[in-house]
Amino acid sequence: MTYFADVGALARKDLLLELRARDTLPAMLLFVVATFVVFHFSLPAHSSQLAASGLLWVAILFTALLGLGRAFVPEREQRVLDGLVLAPCDRSAIWLAKSIATLAFLGAAELVALPVFALFFHGIGAATVAGVVLADIGICAVGTFLGAMAVATRARDLLLPLLFLPLAIPIVVGGVGASVAGSPGRYLAFLALYDVLFGLLCWATFEYVVTE
Amino acid sequence: MIRARKVGKRFGDKRVLRGVDLDVARGAFAVVTGPNGSGKTTLLRLCAGLAVPSEGELEVDAPRAAVGYLAHEPLVYRELTALENLDLYGRLYRVPERRERIGMLLERFCLWDVRHDRVVSYSRGMTQRLALCRVLLHEPELLVLDEPYTALDTAGAELLDAQLAELHGERTVLVSTHDPDRVAQLATQQLALA
Repeated sequence: MTYFADVGALARKDLLLELRARDTLPAMLLFVVATFVVFHFSLPAHSSQLAASGLLWVAILFTALLGLGRAFVPEREQRVLDGLVLAPCDRSAIWLAKSIATLAFLGAAELVALPVFALFFHGIGAATVAGVVLADIGICAVGTFLGAMAVATRARDLLLPLLFLPLAIPIVVGGVGASVAGSPGRYLAFLALYDVLFGLLCWATFEYVVTE
Repeated sequence: MIRARKVGKRFGDKRVLRGVDLDVARGAFAVVTGPNGSGKTTLLRLCAGLAVPSEGELEVDAPRAAVGYLAHEPLVYRELTALENLDLYGRLYRVPERRERIGMLLERFCLWDVRHDRVVSYSRGMTQRLALCRVLLHEPELLVLDEPYTALDTAGAELLDAQLAELHGERTVLVSTHDPDRVAQLATQQLALA
């Protein structure tokens, strides 16, 4: 149980930092709403629902990227990651806590974004919501892992999207499929499988990312 | 507690540490000196377990939980208060009677009155004192201190002197400094890096 106590303490710290600094969530909210406004005016009138559904996933992915890019900023600024790495807790707890915090920010942004999308484009079904939830888990698991890798490099702002976007293609495939397919079950299963596989991979290998 | 044989460290093509031999017994107080760029920080990071040597052998007979590492940076979150920072580390290190221990350290390092203030509002010296609280919080067996007197005013330096004197002989201390005279009375051995 101490593992989950460590995860709880670290995630609480990340939420507290965001509450104080307000660096990430307002930027994500502004970005996703502005993106929908741009899409609303750039899509030709009477465009298909299929096109709009695709744009929803583009917006979610890039909004997440914005949050992921800031995930390790507090640790980078004061090199606090050294302090966390030295602590006797399992190092994967750092990844899990950061993923949970990023998931909370992304979820909060989507609580606003999805109704805005429905307002501008079309209504959102339960399958799409389920797809968004499953996709968020995969995005945050993989993105946090890659964010920790990128933060150690000088080209961190460039590296994160370069590493993340190719790995997010299956999420887009699953998400769009869940949104537009007649029977979204297999796409949701695909997203769940992605979450499990990549989640386990990130959990098991995070230690090697933050140590030499 | 520390045994190093021909330890070296490279970052790419750049060699930052070469052929260091060091034996630090349990309870010893070892002082590392040397000019800027001589590899003091790298050696201390190796001993703290934050890096691995590129060559040679290094054995540190202390688990992660028993190492207290003071870096150039304070390793605390600027947007959190002193209390919140120490509470986080106290939880991660599973410090028994955490709140009492934190309170005692904050009082000793004269930070009790500002414990609810965010670290971003602290002076460099106050932040260094908080960093020392962080290092001492879990009562580590091995203290690895990288230029601990940096930014401390006279009162802060005297507090650190008293703390180190109290720990002398009980804990193993590896300290790098540009002012070896400051810890000369406590030092049991010295390593000069070129």
